[in-house]
Amino acid sequence: MSASSNMNWDRRNVLRAAMGLAAAGGLAACGGNTGRSGGSGDALVQYFHAYGEAGVEQAVKRYAKAYKDANVATQWITGSNFEQKLFAALLTKNAPDVFEFHPQIQLIKSGQVADLTDIVEPVKDDFNQADIKSHTVDGKIYGVRMIDDPQFFFYRPSMFEKAKVEVPTTLEELIEAADKLTTSKVKGAFLGNELTAFQHNVIWSAGADTLTADNKPAFNTDGVAEGLKQLRGLFTSGNLLLGAPADWWDPSAFTQGLTAMQWCGMWAMPVMQKALGDDIGIFPFPKIGSAGKESVYNGGWSMFVNAKGKNVEAAKEYVKWLWIDQKEHQEDFATSYGFHIPPRTSLAQSATKLKSGLPAEGVKLFNEFGHFDNIGWTQAMIASFNDVMANSVRKNGDPKAQLAACEKKVNAELKKLFG
Amino acid sequence: MSTTTTRGVAQPAPAQASKPRPRRGLRASSTFNFWLFTGPFLIGLIIFVFVPIGWSVWLSFFEARFTVTPSEFVGFENYRQVLTDEDFLNSLVTFTVFAAFIVPATWAMSLGLALLVNRLRFMRAFFRSVFFLPTAVSYVAASLIWKMSLFNGVRFGLANTVIGWFGVDNIAWLASPDPPWYWLVIVTVRLWLQSGFFMILFLAALQNIPRELYEAASIDGAKPGWQTFRHITLPQLRATSTAVILLLLIAAYQAFDEFYNLLTKATWGQPPLVELYKMALGENQNYGAGSAGAVVLTVLICVVTLLQGKIMGFGRGEESK
Repeated sequence: MSASSNMNWDRRNVLRAAMGLAAAGGLAACGGNTGRSGGSGDALVQYFHAYGEAGVEQAVKRYAKAYKDANVATQWITGSNFEQKLFAALLTKNAPDVFEFHPQIQLIKSGQVADLTDIVEPVKDDFNQADIKSHTVDGKIYGVRMIDDPQFFFYRPSMFEKAKVEVPTTLEELIEAADKLTTSKVKGAFLGNELTAFQHNVIWSAGADTLTADNKPAFNTDGVAEGLKQLRGLFTSGNLLLGAPADWWDPSAFTQGLTAMQWCGMWAMPVMQKALGDDIGIFPFPKIGSAGKESVYNGGWSMFVNAKGKNVEAAKEYVKWLWIDQKEHQEDFATSYGFHIPPRTSLAQSATKLKSGLPAEGVKLFNEFGHFDNIGWTQAMIASFNDVMANSVRKNGDPKAQLAACEKKVNAELKKLFG
Repeated sequence: MSTTTTRGVAQPAPAQASKPRPRRGLRASSTFNFWLFTGPFLIGLIIFVFVPIGWSVWLSFFEARFTVTPSEFVGFENYRQVLTDEDFLNSLVTFTVFAAFIVPATWAMSLGLALLVNRLRFMRAFFRSVFFLPTAVSYVAASLIWKMSLFNGVRFGLANTVIGWFGVDNIAWLASPDPPWYWLVIVTVRLWLQSGFFMILFLAALQNIPRELYEAASIDGAKPGWQTFRHITLPQLRATSTAVILLLLIAAYQAFDEFYNLLTKATWGQPPLVELYKMALGENQNYGAGSAGAVVLTVLICVVTLLQGKIMGFGRGEESK
């Protein structure tokens, strides 16, 4: 082919090039939708992780719409990696003004979240004091707790009766119970597909803690190592439900009768009660070894204001309006969809749905065995303990070596945070 | 190629009477035409490929945690960190294992499909489309289907139902690294997704093999089937095979979606890109070390590609065979 024949113009080629350019232009025009509506100063963006219960997304958008002083757009982040999306978004210009997360000190040290002391202080005494403590650094309060979510075991009393099993109080008993409860159709227990949901309970139930009061690692103990060893036995026993289509936070595996016990949260109670009626019981994570004590994880979600956002004051006003002033919205959010415990003492006392039956038992476990988040225990530390669970329970790694490796990583993080 | 030339000359030029420098000016300015057609693509390439590569090389020499506009120069510290990072080195081993599975498997599968479809006498277009369709499916969507319906761990998952017919117990395919059933899930999902595309490449190449070769072989007494395939078809597909293997290797290096979605919170089976993602975009937000890893990976891909080209003769063309 000669060079010149390549360079000929004919109408078809010109037309094609023009259409190509037009198409490219059309594509370039996409991708500008960031959820913000124009340049108005009072347009706020809030990030929520996807709650599994029906109606929560609509409720959150309804509250936002009812707010008159700013136009609040909600981004509902689906998928299992909310924190990674949030952290990445916070670095960009399209960062949310308001977002829900857990109290973690690196957000404060890096100046990412705004000091909310002035809006929380006036009502401080009406909050669960443990929630205030977990959001306070050097006397300043950095977030508003929206809900407390106790997490514990759910079990089917009918199946326990049939297999002649008592409610376990030690990890050995749990493993034994799982063995007796397993049949060809039903697995003894479901602890989540990744076996990380209850990782903090392994620490607490063995009598240890994530960090000491002066922020030193406190999880590397013989008790925790022993617990990990026992869990490895449970993992390989064939009595665990693994690879369930819906993970631990969803009640499906339990309500569909795939398992006799499931690690889950109080939010799932309404769906479970609808499916199984009264055939539901709950118990805390059993104790590990002789020094241990049963434990419940008091998780939950809090609202934070992006200190590097464009509308910090407007965002604070919105958070104050919704999560401090609007008590009926707070109660609706905590009890109308899944069950959560309102962190406001006055609301927790008046919430009738949590007063009797199974929810009341949940509240009792929350008060008796609950451990709240430690603000110094950050996402990077949680992730390195995820590796301990993966390596010593799912993979046949030596628990002591894994805990030591994790301790090294946690120490490096602590050094970055506290010097 | 004479047709093009003839057509170009014979065709009357578009009416451009009003312009002072009509057809001759445009035709003479081949440089202008070159830039007109390659320009838009080149601009995209510079903005979306070369600038990020340059930026990441720059970042790799800085301490860049929680920022992409760092100021603290650290020299080769990030490279030292990445090259002594056990997780990153393991990810290269994982990649090698993965490539050892997926490259030959996809090559064989797409070639097999191409041979089958090529022999069809009717409904060829239908089957070609059917096998090609998975190429349009997103890796994330496919991974979720594989994870939640085909290879879930409960008794009603497809894979468990099938092995149940033979009296085999349920397997939690993705839960445990030992035995490493997760490779089956990962390899099959990618096989399903990419075989169709490479089948099309092989199909085009098969249709380019001159009929006369087969006729001549048949006259010389070659038996149809294996003998013809081995001595005629396969050598004729050499150029395409080389290109396909090269593309497959690069695609394997870039594997991310299915590993990320199928092996959540695992410490095994993490290919390089997942490790780099964790380093740069996960909890650590260490863009310096992440960039250093990306540069190491880029260099590795270049070296492997060049070596492969040298060994298999990519780009040498038909004449040199």
